[in-house]
Order: sequence, then structure tokens, then C-alpha cells
Amino acid sequence: MNFDYNLYRQEFPILERKINQKDLIYFDNAATTLKPKCMMEEMQKYYLMGAANIHRAVHTLGEEATLLYENSRKKVAQYIGAKKTEEIIFTKGTTEAMNLLATSLGLSFLKEGDEVLISQMEHHSNIVPWQLLREHRGIKLKIIPMNLKGEILIDEYKKMLGPQTKIVSVVWVSNSLGTINPIKEMIDLAHQNKSLFIVDAAQAVAHMKVDVTDLDCDFLAFSAHKIYGPTGLGVLYGKEKLLEKMPPYQGGGDMISSVTFEKTTFNTLPYKFEAGTPPIAEVISLKAALEFVEKIGLEAISQYEHTLLTHAENKMREIPGISIIGQAEKKASVLSFISEQVHPHDMGTFLDQEGIAIRTGHHCTQPVMNFFDIPATARASFCFYNTKEEIDFFIEKVKKCLEFFA
Amino acid sequence: MFGVFCVNSTQNMQDIYQQMILEHNKNPRNFREIPAPAEKFEGYNPLCGDHLWLYIKVNENNIIEDISFQGKGCAISKASASLMTTQLKGKNLEEAKSIFEEFHKLLIHELDPELDQHNLGKLKVFSGIWKFPARVKCASLAWHTLKSGLEGKKESVKTE
Repeated sequence: MNFDYNLYRQEFPILERKINQKDLIYFDNAATTLKPKCMMEEMQKYYLMGAANIHRAVHTLGEEATLLYENSRKKVAQYIGAKKTEEIIFTKGTTEAMNLLATSLGLSFLKEGDEVLISQMEHHSNIVPWQLLREHRGIKLKIIPMNLKGEILIDEYKKMLGPQTKIVSVVWVSNSLGTINPIKEMIDLAHQNKSLFIVDAAQAVAHMKVDVTDLDCDFLAFSAHKIYGPTGLGVLYGKEKLLEKMPPYQGGGDMISSVTFEKTTFNTLPYKFEAGTPPIAEVISLKAALEFVEKIGLEAISQYEHTLLTHAENKMREIPGISIIGQAEKKASVLSFISEQVHPHDMGTFLDQEGIAIRTGHHCTQPVMNFFDIPATARASFCFYNTKEEIDFFIEKVKKCLEFFA
Repeated sequence: MFGVFCVNSTQNMQDIYQQMILEHNKNPRNFREIPAPAEKFEGYNPLCGDHLWLYIKVNENNIIEDISFQGKGCAISKASASLMTTQLKGKNLEEAKSIFEEFHKLLIHELDPELDQHNLGKLKVFSGIWKFPARVKCASLAWHTLKSGLEGKKESVKTE
């Protein structure tokens, strides 16, 4: 397959940068992706020529901003296959979406003794909000186990689903292991048990087709900055009939229909969940980011990224003393690894001196690190502007690093 | 400003990982437990996953009779803990405190070991760390653990 990455690299001026006198090689895409010019141009246009608040003014600038903002919501709905634009709520990130769900579902759907299932490989943002809820509501939090390859044990999951299981909240693609979980099968099983299902799609959305109607998930969340969009913005999808029944998460402007000191009537969906002036420029520019991804094509992206991952994993396996953490059958382009001799942080500093940006640490998944009994991993995560040549250079420098600390 | 941390990479590696640091990482000194009644303090850097235990025995004259450490960590945190134990053994607590203050200044580039007066001895091998802000905490973990421990905060010390 011929994938002309050069065509797309031009959209990312940062790739021209020298880091410590070396060409930047950006392998930290799972933390955040780089930003294309087309997305930044939209943001700049709004700030320099638009800049009005939304849903308030009758003047032309206000109408324009509102239109662009709502067009972006439509784009997101279409992009993830939602039936209605009202089902798309803008948050400040996946983390806020998870907190919104834990708080709002906690107030409306859950009572003491109810169970929430999450998996061993969750990001802290899908652990801590439920723990906070546990403090307030006395719910039970249960952990779906995984095997040493980093795959969820589906048979164990089936056994855990019971009459008390009200919610299952699971990550689609693990940010520290790369595992692609069989999310559709898990959703079906949850629904057979009359449990709600939340998908954390933060790592999935830039690498594979997301279709909430096909998945039939009840909720799904992702962050704009992990799909070539801006920081400070996230998306929460929820089924209309559920969102309707849920109480607001925050109170303030835009989320109300009327306010007196005696009583407040809440606005309709999706505004009920969008209190205060939202990140308007970010929302508007997300549309450009999604269109950019569509132009390249998600299928081409995931195929190309898979060849990068396979290439990197094969080369990495040849290095003595290196172990790959996360060896699931189905993986997205995340390569976590550890060395017997060199601590990930020293590896990270060494590679940075060669212009290579990787992530080192626990990746906000400390339970994963505890499971493998390691303090941290080094993680290289690839996307469509990366190349096999970059990976070869990286592998060569990993070997040099092992020599340096030997 | 963007670009502020980008300098000559070979020079950088030598600045941060001086030979003595690499050597102490491979062969840490005083890497052992001291049984009770020695004091035991825990230090943890969640960013790197550096995790260490510090053991210290102080006599009635406030002299550090013995000091050691155990745990897992990156080369910087391990070498720093190792060098700390070699530098502090036999010193009294006042001297230890003053060395800690100097070391802290060294890490944040407020002390130049070539120009300013100091009693850092071998600890000056950490003079290049300030160029790596994310790693300053690795170098200071053992020291913060010691300081908080001696001040009576027995709970785990975090430097993230």
C-alpha cells in the first residue's frame, strides 16, 4: 500500500523543528497529537474576525459564532454516527465527560449497593470519578481482570455481570498497552444484563472508525486534542432518552431556560449540560480537524499505522533485554516497553537528546503498572505522519541508550 | 520561549549524566537496610515511579552515624541517593541541613559550583540537572525524603 505521508506532514509545521539540533521525531501521539494548519486557521479566524459569544446576541457576529459552533456539533454527530445533534455535549475533555457521567448518573440512576464495572486497564479518569461517587453514594466498584498480554478476560466479565451491575465503563483502546478491547461484544453483554455501557474512546477516535449507532453504546467520550484538534475540549455522546432523565452537572449560563430565586428551569439538550461560555474557538476548529482526518481516510490511517506498529515491534523484539508491555492480539499503534537495565525516565531523556519525543512514566494507569509489577514504561505511540525511517532511527538510538547506561 | 531547552545534545548528555552519576547508578553505595531502631523514611516520585526508603541512625550528639537507602528508581534518583549517603555520613544534622540548602540551590541553578563557595564535594556532579527541569525532582527525591523525615513527617514524601 502506498500511503503518501509527505502530503500530510506539510500540514504540521512543528515537524520542521529541530530539537537538540536533531529533526523532531514525535512519538507521543497517545498523549496528544500534533496540530494541523487547517485547524489552527479556523481557530485564528474566529479569534481575529469572529470572537462573539454564542446563543446570546442578536447581532451578526453573535449569529455567526452560534452558527459555526452548532455546525461543529453537527459535524461531530455525523463523524461518530450519532442520530441526533442533541446527543453531542461539549466538555473540556474526556476526563470532564467521565466526571459528568459519574456525578449525574450517580444522582439519578445509582443507589447504595449498585455496582459499576471498570477494567484493570482504565485511565485514572475512569477510576477516580467512580471512587468519588463511591464515597458519596456507597456504590461498589468492581474490576474486570486482564491477562498478561493485556487482554480483558471476557469470561470473567460475563460472570461479573449481575443484577446489581448498573453501569459498565470501559476503555476502547488502552493508552498504556495499546489493546483494542472487543467493545461491541462487551456492550451487547452489558445490554443483555440491562446495564448501561460507557465507552472511553479517547485513544480510539483518531485511529479507528467510531459509530455509536452501530456500537449501540449508551455513552461515549473523547478529547479533541487526541484527534488533531485543540486542547481544553472534549465530546460526550449520550443517548437522548438517558440524557433527558439525567440532572445537570454544573449550573450557570446557557444551561437554563428561566431563573428566579425560587426556581430554575433547565434548558433542553444539549445545552442543559453546557454551563457557561464554552471554548468556542476550540469547538469551531474541531470541525476542521475532523474534516482533515476524513480527507485522509480513517481506513487508510489505521492500515498505515498498523504497518508502523508491526515494523516497530519486530525491530524492538530483536533488542536483547527489552520487553514489550502489552502484547494483545488486537492493538492500536502504541508500543510500551521496558529495559532490564535502563529506567524509562533515563531512556526518555536520552532519546530527547536525539530529537525523539516519547512518553515515560505510568501514563495515568497506575493499576496497569502494578499489574505488571513495574514502576513505569517507555511508550512510543505512532500516527499517520510518522515513518518507518523515523522508527529505524529510534530503534538505533534505543540500542545506543542501552550501551550508554551499560 | 519555544526552543529555550534546545542546546547541544552531546554536551547535554554529558552534563546530566556525568561519569560519577553513571557509576553510582550501577554500584550504589550504602544500598542496604539499617535495622530498627534506625529511622526509616519513604520517598516516592509518581511521575517516574521512583520509590525509595531511607534509613538513618543519628546519635545523641546529633551526628549521622549511619545512613543508607533502598528502592527502585532512575539513574539520577539512585545516584543522588547514593551520593547523599556518602556525603552525609559522619556529619551533624546542622551541617546536613546546610548541605541540603546548597544542593537545592545547585539544582535550581542559583549556585555555581565553580564560582560560589560551597561544601558540596562530589555532589557538584549534579550541576547540569537544572537544564532538565523534569529531572530536578529525581535528583532531589532522596533529599526531600530525608528533610521531611527528620522534620517528623513520617508519611510518604512525593516530589511530583
